[in-house]
Amino acid sequence: MNLHEYQAKDIFRQFGITTPAGEVVTTPAAAEAAARKFGGPVMVKAQVHVGGRGKAGGVKFCKTPAEAQEKASKILGMQIKGLTVQKVLIAPAADIATEAYVGIIVDRARKKPVFMVSAAGGIDIEEVAATTPEKIKYHPVDVRYGLMPFEALELGFFLYKDAKLARGAAQVMQQLYTAFMANGCSLAEINPFVVTPTGEIIALDGKMVIDDNELDRKPELEALRDVESENPAEVDARENNLTFIKLDGNVGCIVNGAGLAMATMDLVKYYGGEPANFLDIGGSSNPEKVVNALRIITADANVKAILFNIFGGITRTDDVANGIVTALKQNPLKVPLVIRLTGTNEEIALKILADHGLKASSDMDEAVQEAVKLAGGAQ
Amino acid sequence: MSVFINKQTKLLVQGITGRDGSFHAKQMMEYGTQVVAGVTPGKGGQKFEGTVPVFDTVAEAVQATGANTSVIYVPPPYAADAIMEAAASGVSLVVCITEGVPVLDMTKVYPFVKERGVRLLGPNCPGLISPGESKVGIIPGRICAPGAVGVVSRSGTLTYEVVYQLTRAGIGQTTCVGIGGDPINGTNFIDCLEAFEKDPATKAIAMMGEIGGTDEQEAAEYVKKHMKKPVVGFIAGQTAPPGRRMGHAGAIISGSAGTAAEKIEAFEKCGIGVAKRPMDFVELIRARLPK
Repeated sequence: MNLHEYQAKDIFRQFGITTPAGEVVTTPAAAEAAARKFGGPVMVKAQVHVGGRGKAGGVKFCKTPAEAQEKASKILGMQIKGLTVQKVLIAPAADIATEAYVGIIVDRARKKPVFMVSAAGGIDIEEVAATTPEKIKYHPVDVRYGLMPFEALELGFFLYKDAKLARGAAQVMQQLYTAFMANGCSLAEINPFVVTPTGEIIALDGKMVIDDNELDRKPELEALRDVESENPAEVDARENNLTFIKLDGNVGCIVNGAGLAMATMDLVKYYGGEPANFLDIGGSSNPEKVVNALRIITADANVKAILFNIFGGITRTDDVANGIVTALKQNPLKVPLVIRLTGTNEEIALKILADHGLKASSDMDEAVQEAVKLAGGAQ
Repeated sequence: MSVFINKQTKLLVQGITGRDGSFHAKQMMEYGTQVVAGVTPGKGGQKFEGTVPVFDTVAEAVQATGANTSVIYVPPPYAADAIMEAAASGVSLVVCITEGVPVLDMTKVYPFVKERGVRLLGPNCPGLISPGESKVGIIPGRICAPGAVGVVSRSGTLTYEVVYQLTRAGIGQTTCVGIGGDPINGTNFIDCLEAFEKDPATKAIAMMGEIGGTDEQEAAEYVKKHMKKPVVGFIAGQTAPPGRRMGHAGAIISGSAGTAAEKIEAFEKCGIGVAKRPMDFVELIRARLPK
């Protein structure tokens, strides 16, 4: 789960990291009031879960409250990479002497949290990694010991020659590491990591990604979820324990298992079609899940055919068949349906479907080709 | 022959009295796996299905029964501790089926099991099966058949699909291993490729990867440098958009890294046969098996 900048900064503050004051607003008038309260120039920053906000025009410097109001009215409602900006952060513009980058990610190859530190801050770290990799220092942390003071200091001196600044940076890195571990993060970054002309270190912008697997035991983080900033169908799916990602094609896919779901989408593409979504109904096959899955898929007007691909292991195919029959009774489909199922209780499933005039294939390739054809053929 | 598990495997089931644990313990017993013990804290002294003794701790279970392998079906918040308990008790293989284990928990678990020389499979994996010998986990036994192909995969149902197609075409397997879809797991492709290369009964390997990370690229390099046996590979997620997690916590394209195209290119460069569709495994494997 991604946190907004303002949420990440709230967490930074709890862990002792200095960040500029800020206020989140949803209207231009409130933006004007916040800018007036802060006095002096402010930044107006779109709060959306995508990178590259600045380049997209979602971050603006404003000299006066009137300008903050005007810029906020442009940014609020703006679309950035398909997401609508619902909130902006108003923060006093900071004086900047230097900009660095400090981040932590869980690195799958090293199987550890890894610090990434670079004096080339303010821009996308992936760009730095691609063009000038020597400017990044990587430091894996053994979680059994945590980030030790000498390690933090080494990282501090990598950024600054000045001992006072290096010590200050080391302290912020310790605080960031503590925040990262305490909040079950898979990523936490401060970019830019700013030194002001008076020598103060501040986190001017921040980002945090929480491991979804942590949310059950950290309800206070789940509470930070900004449902309004997500795709409504994806929210609906998640609330019903389905994994759904909307795509742009016209073949709706309902599959059990993430790997098979991806392979099914790929096969749709292989036969010239375009998948409309990724949808994994998961391992346990409660008929209710199938009903919800069909409801979510049929709400997408682009969908011209629906494909079920079920390989029953733990999933009982008769449960899936019952779910399909129930869903069709509640809401007859307006688009053609292709069902492929095989595995656990296949015979019972086929009988349930046949009793309701539905056919099923046991072959994945055959079913995918049929679904692509019914959706209007190869694109 | 087979890798990691065989007829001699003596299995204990952590979480044997739970909903998933009890169902799959029965399935494994029906398949012929020697299930020698169960562990559920607080239920020590009971008998599962009237025959399998249940213990409060893994240490007791290992001491009393000589179990050498453990399979874990406990809920995500307790899974990390269950893995470490198993690793500390003296078993040599721990298979964690549980899905949803926080990745930071795994950063502690991984060095713990490594230092004890224990092999961990998973978490978030379907386990493994050596057809006709033993099954540990949840892979349906009836879709497999004994034979000469080693199967290794990051996925569950996609593995079933491929194994089922191989079996229907008369191509059996030595062992099918699901390594799991999480970013940090105990056993990777290379560990399995190395074991299959050493196993005299395995004549060819089918490998199913997916988007995210660089495990498949590293495995491809390994095949090129260290393997004589033929390998056929498939990558799921060619149509996945960057930055979106495709169900598995590990299946995410970050920036330009971890794409299907990048992995397929690595396969081709290293002499791995590329299956464009799951069904292509049948012909590609058949062509590589000794006549």
